[in-house]
Amino acid sequence: VEPNVRGRMSSEDVERLLIQFQDEDGLVLGSPFDVPLDITPDKLQLVCNALLQKDEPVPLAFFVRGEAEVVSSLASCVKALGVETEQVLPVVYQPQAVFRVRAVARCTSTLQGHTEAVISTAFSPTGKYLASGSGDTTVRFWDLTTETPHHTARGHTHWVLSIAWSPDGKKLASGCKNSQICLWDPATGLQIGKTLTGHTKWITWLCWEPLHLNPECRHLASSSKDGSIRIWDTVLGRCDMILTGHTQSVTCVKWGGDGLLYTSSHDRTVKVWRAKDGVQCRTLQGHAHWVNTLALSTDYVLRTGAFEPADATINPQDLTGTVDDLKEKALQRYNKVRVRTRGCSAPERLVSGSDDFTLFLWNPAEEKKPLARMTGHSALVNEVLFSPDTRLLASASFDKSIKIWDGRTGKYLMSLRGHVGSVYQVAWSADSRLLVSGSSDSTLKVWDVKTGKLNMDLPGHADEVYAVDWSPDGQRVASGGKDKCLRM
Amino acid sequence: MPQNEHIELHRKRHGYRLDHHEKKRKKESREVHERSHKARKLIGLKAKLYHKQRHAEKIQMKKTIKMHEQRRTKQKSDDKTPEGAVPAYLLDREGQSRAKVLSNMIKQKRKEKAGKWEVPLPKVRAQGETEVLKVLRTGKRQKKAWKRMVTKVCFVGDGFTRKPPKYERFIRPMGLRFKKAHVTHPELKATFCLPILGVKKNPSSPLYTSLGVITKGTVVEVNVSELGLVTQGGKVIWGKYAQVTNNPENDGCINAVLLV
Repeated sequence: VEPNVRGRMSSEDVERLLIQFQDEDGLVLGSPFDVPLDITPDKLQLVCNALLQKDEPVPLAFFVRGEAEVVSSLASCVKALGVETEQVLPVVYQPQAVFRVRAVARCTSTLQGHTEAVISTAFSPTGKYLASGSGDTTVRFWDLTTETPHHTARGHTHWVLSIAWSPDGKKLASGCKNSQICLWDPATGLQIGKTLTGHTKWITWLCWEPLHLNPECRHLASSSKDGSIRIWDTVLGRCDMILTGHTQSVTCVKWGGDGLLYTSSHDRTVKVWRAKDGVQCRTLQGHAHWVNTLALSTDYVLRTGAFEPADATINPQDLTGTVDDLKEKALQRYNKVRVRTRGCSAPERLVSGSDDFTLFLWNPAEEKKPLARMTGHSALVNEVLFSPDTRLLASASFDKSIKIWDGRTGKYLMSLRGHVGSVYQVAWSADSRLLVSGSSDSTLKVWDVKTGKLNMDLPGHADEVYAVDWSPDGQRVASGGKDKCLRM
Repeated sequence: MPQNEHIELHRKRHGYRLDHHEKKRKKESREVHERSHKARKLIGLKAKLYHKQRHAEKIQMKKTIKMHEQRRTKQKSDDKTPEGAVPAYLLDREGQSRAKVLSNMIKQKRKEKAGKWEVPLPKVRAQGETEVLKVLRTGKRQKKAWKRMVTKVCFVGDGFTRKPPKYERFIRPMGLRFKKAHVTHPELKATFCLPILGVKKNPSSPLYTSLGVITKGTVVEVNVSELGLVTQGGKVIWGKYAQVTNNPENDGCINAVLLV
């Protein structure tokens, strides 16, 4: 019996605690053992890595009982939660990304050239090329090493509303307000094949087939205001399938990794289709107003394909290797994101954000009912995005705030406030630690998700920021807006 | 003006004069000269009237000629892409210019101070008592006239029981009692048939509000749990106000627009 025991649970000199390491799904690691209450996360990491017996030590984050994160020492967590020190305490460990992305701090250049507002920007999957679509009907390619214009692709007759890179980075598809889709070669800036026509109203979203399903990157899905979704064969230049079923404008289409297509529309529903034969599998209902945006938990992996951000170099290179090699690598990366308990894969999760100020978390491959409804915003939700490690979810809304939710359960985590105008778009860094957001108040803000605080404020745009993208290797952020400039 | 078809009948039986068609053709071609003669030689009031009429005719002719000309010439479709390029997520939304936002804010503050609320139908025709309530005569000699019957559509709650008939002053006939309303959501442009929860305010008179009389312009509360709306805190919204837009006693149904 210690002389200074007076019923205080947190006498840090002496008290010890029994803890048990668990992974995210509840699988127990090792047996419970004794640690002093003032142990820090670093020491916990050493112990856990030793137990995991991996070749290289992996950075880990620890959560007491799966809820509160251990930041400074175990004692503060215990005090905060009021945990009994008599019982074994479960501590959940989560591996973090091995690499760290540094926060973008300054604007390295302003790329002028567009004669109208820049509406969409996208980095290629390896981060080698940058493309931007604008209201002056051109798509411009920019050279990232010198930060100057590279090519201007002319061919559209109206505003270029959406652009999408093929997962191998060799083609760019762009859709315009006159319902035409053009394919471009980033190396030369010339059009590949002929313009794909068929939709009757403007194109709202473009999405390529994932690399691990077809390494040639042949099929492209496009959604339009006319309520239909078309699947195009880019090699032959014709429409393979037309998926109809929505009664109003389709706002977003995503090609999942299992061969399922997810589409959201203004008719308040989200529909699930089979990509092979175009049959509608399921309709997910629940929203009370237009569904604006969709996000898949495997979005980042499908976008980067066979490119591994941890292998990135200062000068981004094209993907090398035979077609089968790339397919293998992409498949491996995809399965890694999905593997969960006991080696069997967990299904992809889908989040939909709507004008009714709420988000729904779905398991679209299996159930019709949502997993969770996430409320809290006071204005419409414009964009939702899963973090690259699928653990977190960010939602940008017109109520000037961004909310972070847990990616697996949909529980609310924190709000990021600071913008003074509607937040239009967000982008995650490759290590899931930082988030950049662009808003109508013409600033971009970089947020640290761990602390929930503003990391960096990036002013400089003269007018609203319409499009934001973080390169997949984490080196650069590109933003474009109404002031016709693209800033890096 | 022939009153019957005797002219046609004669033509069928006996045919036309031999020079009929030529005469007709020549008369028509002379018409142009006669017109111009009239235009030059008319004087006085007749001239004024004629010239006025002719002026109007000429304007119409010029318009049609111009229209035909436009159709014939192939106009190169407006090449310039319109200004104001906007990303896809902003396309179906009306953006407000910043000046408008400020003036709207000021206007709203003023209205709030004055206690006026924005409704789709701000002014409605006030219904007088003689229109809404019909006098019912009672008594042995039908002399008493203190009972009234409501002639407009009304809403009575679920647990409504009539007062003893001898004492009830206002009679609401069962045929004019409605429970549901067809409510249109102004943004979604979709109409739902929703149950009415109660009458909030009848613009004509507070008496009608307490009786539950529904006329054009009445604000009613409807049950919107069907729509699936949710508040910020996660609570389900189950009642919302809607304003009636038709005359229910004429149509047999209540049409309303939701006040969002």
